[in-house]
This record gives sequence, structure tokens and C-alpha cells, in this order.
Amino acid sequence: MGGVGGVSVRGFGWRHAGRRAWAVRGVDLRVERGERVLLLGPSGAGKSTLLAALAGLLPEDSGEQEGTVEVDGVDPRKDRERVGIVFQDPDTQLVMARCGDDVAFGLENRGVPADQIWPRVDEALRRVGFPYGRDRPTAALSGGEQQRLALAGTLALRPGLLLLDEPTANLDPAGAALVRCAVADALDGDTTLILVEHRVAEALPLVDRVVVLEPGGGVRADGPPEAVFAAHGDALAAEGVWVPGRTVPPRHAGAAPGSLLLSADRVALPPRLAPIDLAVRAGEALAVLGPNGAGKSTLALLLGGLLRPGSGRVTATGELAGRDARTPPYRWRAPALASRIGSVFQDPEHQFVTGTVFDELALGPRRTGRPETAVRATVDALLERLRLAALARANPYTLSGGEARRLSVATALATAPRLLVCDEPTFGQDRRTWLELVDLFAELRDAGHGVVTVTHDPDFVAALADRRITVTREPAPAT
Amino acid sequence: MISIEPVAAPGAPLARRNPVAKVAAALVFSFTLLATLDPVAPAIALGVELAVLPLFGIRYRVLARRAAPLLLSAVGIVVALVLFAADRSGRVLVDAGPVLVTTGVLLTALGLALRMLAVALPGVIVFATTDPTDLADALIQNAKAPARFAIGALAAFRLVPLLGQEWQMISMARRARGVDAGRNPLARMRLFVSTAFALLVGAIRRGTRLAVAMDARGFDAGTPRTVARRQRFTAADGALIVGAAVLAGAALAVSVALGAFRPLIG
Repeated sequence: MGGVGGVSVRGFGWRHAGRRAWAVRGVDLRVERGERVLLLGPSGAGKSTLLAALAGLLPEDSGEQEGTVEVDGVDPRKDRERVGIVFQDPDTQLVMARCGDDVAFGLENRGVPADQIWPRVDEALRRVGFPYGRDRPTAALSGGEQQRLALAGTLALRPGLLLLDEPTANLDPAGAALVRCAVADALDGDTTLILVEHRVAEALPLVDRVVVLEPGGGVRADGPPEAVFAAHGDALAAEGVWVPGRTVPPRHAGAAPGSLLLSADRVALPPRLAPIDLAVRAGEALAVLGPNGAGKSTLALLLGGLLRPGSGRVTATGELAGRDARTPPYRWRAPALASRIGSVFQDPEHQFVTGTVFDELALGPRRTGRPETAVRATVDALLERLRLAALARANPYTLSGGEARRLSVATALATAPRLLVCDEPTFGQDRRTWLELVDLFAELRDAGHGVVTVTHDPDFVAALADRRITVTREPAPAT
Repeated sequence: MISIEPVAAPGAPLARRNPVAKVAAALVFSFTLLATLDPVAPAIALGVELAVLPLFGIRYRVLARRAAPLLLSAVGIVVALVLFAADRSGRVLVDAGPVLVTTGVLLTALGLALRMLAVALPGVIVFATTDPTDLADALIQNAKAPARFAIGALAAFRLVPLLGQEWQMISMARRARGVDAGRNPLARMRLFVSTAFALLVGAIRRGTRLAVAMDARGFDAGTPRTVARRQRFTAADGALIVGAAVLAGAALAVSVALGAFRPLIG
């Protein structure tokens, strides 16, 4: 056994109750105190399940277990004090209304004497470089600040083993960098770290060892990052892991853009979006950039005909809307809108309406009155194109992150809209889905569609965008 | 947006009282008033409530905004009773065809509206002057409520404002999918139900994630909890409850003395 924070996993497997497949199986792993491990594997390899087991968060009655998991020689379910975990979603990790109270929450639960609570809260806030006082409302924090607070709440408990389950996946690059800095500063030599993270290059400075889980079970590779990537880099990249140092060939438009599809004229929605001008043409990919809170998502909703502008106008041309070009998109009936402008939301689950993947894809074409044979042909083609054919009968809510993203893009394409508006389509995606999305959008663009993407992802912009526009909090200069 | 923030000046003498004491005082005051159907006791009580308002640090304009739904329903009660009540006794005030307003009708209507306002206002005042965190702390420390319940409710409460944004998002996402109801009321109903269902699914998932995160930080793990924020129940807090009982009793006594008292039971 290691000292405090030592991990010993032997022949571990877990199958969630009611599932046929094992989420993770045959894992043997020893981590000594103070080691910093990056846990990798293609999506579905069971990384999150392993972390949950290490955190003692898999109740015995919620599934079937093989082998053993021990932290300092103890089943973490029996003694959770040694382990702290930070999850992905900032919204559902904070418990209290004020920052200081939230850090104190875990200390209260552990029965820390009252006179020690506030000094430990202050110390934890300092360790993560938290810029505000204890009384700051948690609702007023950005995503990156919320995650730093969640980290402080975990560190205040002084865990020997710190588990991070994609803590930056829901953050913009600036917020993600803040959280990584906080982790780097907060760790001391006695804290063991196990990190799950898609963006390997950014995570590497935090770790000294990489462990790769095999999707079918077991551990594929284990060692220093350079050695692991030298031996397994190509296979991992093909499976969707963001192996560092691999560039993507850009896919820019071969031809000049075609006719105008949609234009925004001093469009604004106070206080969410300052006035902005913008034009989208057929056969071009436009990237909308800008800091958090500048109103990029709001702009996407306005362009998508889903929100009424507070001032200014969004105008569709005859090329996009035919005779409806005289009415603004937000007043179109929904089926007409869906057949002209496809919108892909940041959270795919918002968009799911039916009980199966097949019906989900068929919904749009059916609403726009296509005959059933044509609907079936469209759906089959999309299922094939986006690697969803095996999931046609699955419930959309049970899909993995990458599958849900592919489905949400496919549903928008099912009605063959001339213009596609996407909000952060590559958020948290593995490399394989990411490449497929770039390919797909490039194909659409080359076939004469307009593609607008709101994004924080610089690689995606570099690979695809023909033109970029930046939204600022200040009124934007005319383009 | 659903407003849950307290609006009072936090230093006001009665706003500072222990939240459990404030809730208890409001309950005592309101329940005493429920005993009678006459308009006199609620009128006095309403006077008392408005008189103590500055002690709670709430400005009248702020209260009017908070209690706007209450005022609206009070007006609704008066209008509905004046138009439809069976009792048409007393002197005729207005006789305009089908609308016949008499003193009897008007008194009953005003009495009911006053009663509704007088009973509901203490609750509005308490929640306008109480921080939800303080209330949960006091419930655990002074009323011996289980932490599992009080902190759990508090954490869930924090997610409530998200529901409004979520509803808007789901509705827009459905429109983007080509789903709308147009003018067909049946389709509208169906769309409403399916949007509500999607909202519920999302809320349950979020609640589950929050529960796991709380679990991971040792919530409800059997270790005796300590408290970071001490809530004290002092003599002044006891006096607030007694004072509420005395004032409500006095309002009833005046109503009995004037012969207006109409007991709810009997």
C-alpha cells in the first residue's frame, strides 16, 4: 500500500444495474502517494466510472462489482474522507448561495470544529487564487470561477487523493486556463492526483504519468507521457484521443462565396447583446468569436429565428426564404423555419423531442410534410453518415456526449436547411467526432450551404472558418 | 426570473431576528386571524402589519411590488363577489341593470379581501426579510429540523432560477426542430405538456448530479455535522413570537368588543 493517498485497484470491474455491458472491467492499477496521473481512453472506456469508484460514489446496490478498489488500504465507500472529487458541470456542484458558505459546506459535513472552519475556508480560497471574498454570491460567478470554487470546496477537506473528472470541459479557453492554474498552484507533494481530461496537451503540464484504459477492459498503456504517446499515439488519435502534436489539415472553401442568405442590421438585444452587423452568404463558413458574456449565443438564437431582436433587424433574402423574405425569421412558422435555417444548440439534450434516434431524425422531415419514403431515405443516409445506424432504436437521452452531439447536428440537417447555425458544436468532443464535424460542415459549405458557428475553439476556427467576426461587449464596429 | 432574494435592510431591528422566530411569529399571527370571518379584526391586523413594516426595514413601495399578486387577487375577490354573491341585502349603492351593488355585498367582499391580505402579508414580510441560508441554518440549529431536509431543500432552491432559462431554451429548441402549435389550442396543450416533461427530465438529471456532488463532499454521511454559521435564539426572538400573539389577540378582542366577531367554527 502507498502512504496517504495511495491507490490500489485490482481486477476492478463495474456493471451498472440494468445494463448488459460492463462500464469498466479488468483494471489493475497502483498509484503511489504524490503521483499525478492522467487517465485516458476512448469515450466509453469507463474513465468516469473508475473515478466514481475511487471516490466511493458507486453504492453497492447500484450495480455489480468485480475485484477491489482501495485508497490507503480501505474501501473508499467506507471512508470517504481521504478522497475529493471535482466534476464537469459547474452548475450542479455548488450547494450554497455564498462562496464562503459553499467551501464551508464540506467542512460542516465532516464535523470540523466550528472555530477551525473559517480559517480553512480562507486558506482553500487562497490556494485556488479565488479573487472574491466569502460573501460573493455563487450565482454571480463565471463558469471558470465556479469550478475554482468547487476545487476550493474539495481542497478544504485536505484529501490525500484528488480526482478531477473533466473539470474544464464546459469552460471557455480562458476559464479552463484559470482552473488548470489553480490546480497546478494548489497541489502539494503529498496530494495524489488522478485527472480525466480530453484536451491532453493542456493537461500534460499537470501530470507525470499517463494511464490508458482499453475500451474492452484492462489497461492498455501506463507510463511517462512521452513513452505512452510514442508507442500508442497513432492508435489513440484514431480512437479520438487528443494526442498532442498532431495537426489537422484545414478545410477552407475552394470557391468564392455565393449569394447573400441572411443579414443582421444593427441587431441587438439589451442587455445580452450590443448592436452588431453581420452577413452570411451561401458557400461560406463564418465563425463568431468573442469572450464569455458578450452575447454570442444570443446572436446565434437571433440569426436562427428563435428570438425577437430588441432592436435592429435580421433579414432573410429571397434565396433563403423565397416569398417569406419580407417577414423576419422569428415570425416564420416553425416547419418553414426548420426547412430554411437549422439551429444546433450548445446542450444537445435541449433539442430531443422523441423516444428514439430514428424518430428524432424523422421528426423534422415529417413536420415539413415530406412523404414517408423520402423521410426514411433521409434518415437512413444521416444515420450512416454520422455513425448512428447501430443506435437507431436507442433513446436519445441515453447517448454518450459525442453521439448526442452528432445526433443534434443530424437533426438540424434532416430538413436540408440552406443555413446552419451552431452554438459551440465542438464543446467537449473527442478528436474523432471533432474531425467528423469539420468534414461535415466543410462538405455542407462546399455544397452551397451557409454555416455559422459560435465557438471558443481556436483549432476549429483554424480548420474550417473562411471568415470570422468578433462579438464584443462594446458596440461592434460596422463590417 | 423568479425573485428569491431578501429585500430588507439587514440591520432593521426585526429583520435581524432569528428566522425561526420570524416564521413562528408569522404563523401565530396569521392563524389567530383565521378564527374570525368579520372585517374588523383583519383591518386592525393589516394596520398593525403596515405599522411594524419599518421595523423590518422594508419600504412600502418595495412591499407593494412584492405583494402585487396579492393585491391583484384582493381586487379579484372584491369584483367577483360584487358581481356574483347571492347576498344582496343592505342599502343599494349602484343599480345598473344586471349589476346591483349593495352595502351588504360590498362589506362581505371587502371583509374577505382584507382577510386574505392580513393572513398572507406576514408570510410575505418574513420571506422578504430572511436569507434562505439563514432560514435553513436556524431550522437546523433552533428548530432541530434534519439537515438532510433543510440543506437539501436549500440546494434545490438554488436551482429554481435555472428552470426559467431552461424552459425558454427548450421552447426555442423545439421551434428550431420545426415543432410549434400555431393557433390550435389542442396542439398548444400538447406542446406545453411535452416541454414541461423535457424540463422535468432535465431537472431530475441536474438534481441527481447535485446530489452526487453533495454526497462526494460528505453530506449526510452519518458524521455529526458542525455549523459554520451560528444562529442564536434569544429572549428578543421569544418576545417577537409573544408580541405577535398578543397583537393578533388584541385585534380579535377589539372585534369581539365591537360585536363584529363571527367565529369560523360554530
